[in-house]
Amino acid sequence: MSVTERYALMYDLDALMKAFGEAGGDKGILASNEIAHLVADGHKLLSMRSLEGLEVDARETLTGISAKVTVKEGIKIKNPVHLCFGILHKKGTQKIRMDVKLEKNSSARFIAHCIFPKAEKVKHIMDAVVELGEGAEMRYSETHFHGLYGGIEVVPKSVVTVARNGRYFTDFTLITGRVGKLDIDYSVEAGENAVTELTARVFGHANDNIKIKEKVILAGENSRGLIKTRVALEDEAEAEVTGITEGNAAGARGHVDCMEIVKDNAVAKAIPIVNVTNPLAKVTHEAAIGSVDKRQMETLMAHGLTPEEAVDVIVKGILK
Amino acid sequence: MTSIGEAKEKVPLLEIKGVTFHAGDKGILNEFSMSMEVSEVHALLGANGTGKSTLAYLIMGCEGYSPTSGEIRFEGKAINDLRIHERAQLGITMAWQEPVRFEGISVRDYLSLKQEGTDSSGYLEMVGLSAELYLGRMVDKCLSGGERKRIELASVLALHPKLAILDEPDSGIDMLSTRDIINVINIFRENGSSVLLITHREEIALISDKASQICRGKIVCSGSPHEVAEYYKAGKCLVCDGKVCAYV
Ligand SMILES: Nc1ncnc2c1ncn2[C@@H]1O[C@H](COP(=O)(O)OP(=O)(O)OP(=O)(O)O)[C@@H](O)[C@H]1O
Ligand SMILES: [Mg+2]
Repeated sequence: MSVTERYALMYDLDALMKAFGEAGGDKGILASNEIAHLVADGHKLLSMRSLEGLEVDARETLTGISAKVTVKEGIKIKNPVHLCFGILHKKGTQKIRMDVKLEKNSSARFIAHCIFPKAEKVKHIMDAVVELGEGAEMRYSETHFHGLYGGIEVVPKSVVTVARNGRYFTDFTLITGRVGKLDIDYSVEAGENAVTELTARVFGHANDNIKIKEKVILAGENSRGLIKTRVALEDEAEAEVTGITEGNAAGARGHVDCMEIVKDNAVAKAIPIVNVTNPLAKVTHEAAIGSVDKRQMETLMAHGLTPEEAVDVIVKGILK
Repeated sequence: MTSIGEAKEKVPLLEIKGVTFHAGDKGILNEFSMSMEVSEVHALLGANGTGKSTLAYLIMGCEGYSPTSGEIRFEGKAINDLRIHERAQLGITMAWQEPVRFEGISVRDYLSLKQEGTDSSGYLEMVGLSAELYLGRMVDKCLSGGERKRIELASVLALHPKLAILDEPDSGIDMLSTRDIINVINIFRENGSSVLLITHREEIALISDKASQICRGKIVCSGSPHEVAEYYKAGKCLVCDGKVCAYV
């Protein structure tokens, strides 16, 4: 790498870290030897670090990044692994391919920030394959910042398998700024005694278009699954939330909990699909779609909040 | 003619003048009148379905609860046309008979609504809950009925209202103990708040300054708490001939 190239890379890294800091991220993560990370702007890999027992291996592709993260058997990673992906320019496409593997009895927590502050014509595609070995535990939280223009399309897709006694928890948050177009497609298969929880929180404005499809296949005996979705919509925003749970083994327990609050001319749709093929499995679902609860509003107004302030407190609460 | 130096007529804090309220074709309040002075604790006793909560909603200004006829005045000003938050800003608030739950709102945030930065631990202790255990919890479905009611009372205490309407603070599965409730009412009193105390329980009504009994949407007896207690125990109600009141 030439000096100029290295300088350009540092400049991009600085700019992305600045945006990351503004988005609430901790910029100190790059300096610490004890924190694994991977940072990419568009299809440029800006920085990465592995740790003992945790391999981060990434390369640039024509349109994005292809990364492999492996946590070795029995290793428990103390500090969260930080992933930061973004496009700082107004236009661009970023395709991320992630292969994550947590070997037997390992555990790790991932914090991902996806930052597109100036997006006017941006596309971000995430394709992840996650494999959790027996007794492994993974917590993954992903927070998005799309700026104020709404010119962005985000397509996160992941296929996850959780082996016996494994635990998988994921959390997707997009509540600041515009959403643009979002099309989530997650699918998790849980083995015997495995636990999986998928949570998504999204706030849509203007003509944002939100599609969330989450599927949990309870394949192993006594597996547990929860899909929790919280969506707030205003203006002309639209959302369609599909929560699918399959109960295919004895003792499997699944629950789908979807709440969508709509304001103005927004349109929300919830499609809970429950499929039980084993008589000893049990799956329940609840979906609540509507304007803000009247009693909640009245209670807050009786505390002196204006109707606008009350809606704000309620919406912030459900998206928390 | 009013001469100089003559005391002005005292304006009641709350005045309900001949309020009738119908929900659809069902009459719930019938020419209901009562008034409350500043710092007065007024117990309102009445059997199930006699219109107590409806009265509370009418005073608070809940949606769908405006008098069919009659007037509600607060500090001398008609408030019929004010919305809930405008009445709250005048100093009226209420603790609901069945308080609603909120997802994602902590007890700490709930107690400091509209007064960010204040320390609300004291209010929890006043209702018999440990601040250490409860401030970080959510005001959601995970609270028991009694815990939620105590938190509602704490939030009303935190507002330092001029008028607190307490709708059956003593009811619920996890009932507040009588001692706790009496303690809370005394704190309101010390803080100079007036309390409209809706209750079924005579021993709680007895700590009020004044009591009234409601039957079929009308006050049937008003006076000292002892007198009112005697009245309904004797089943003398002229409106229902003791049939409804007997359930109090
Ligand atoms: N919106 C409504 N539409 C029709 N009927 C109503 C409505 N609200 C209340 N009621 C009826 O009016 C009557 C008075 O109700 P309210 O809730 O005020 O009673 P309450 O005195 O508070 O009773 P409780 O002691 O059980 O709490 C009841 O018979 C109730 O069913
Ligand atoms: Mg009632």
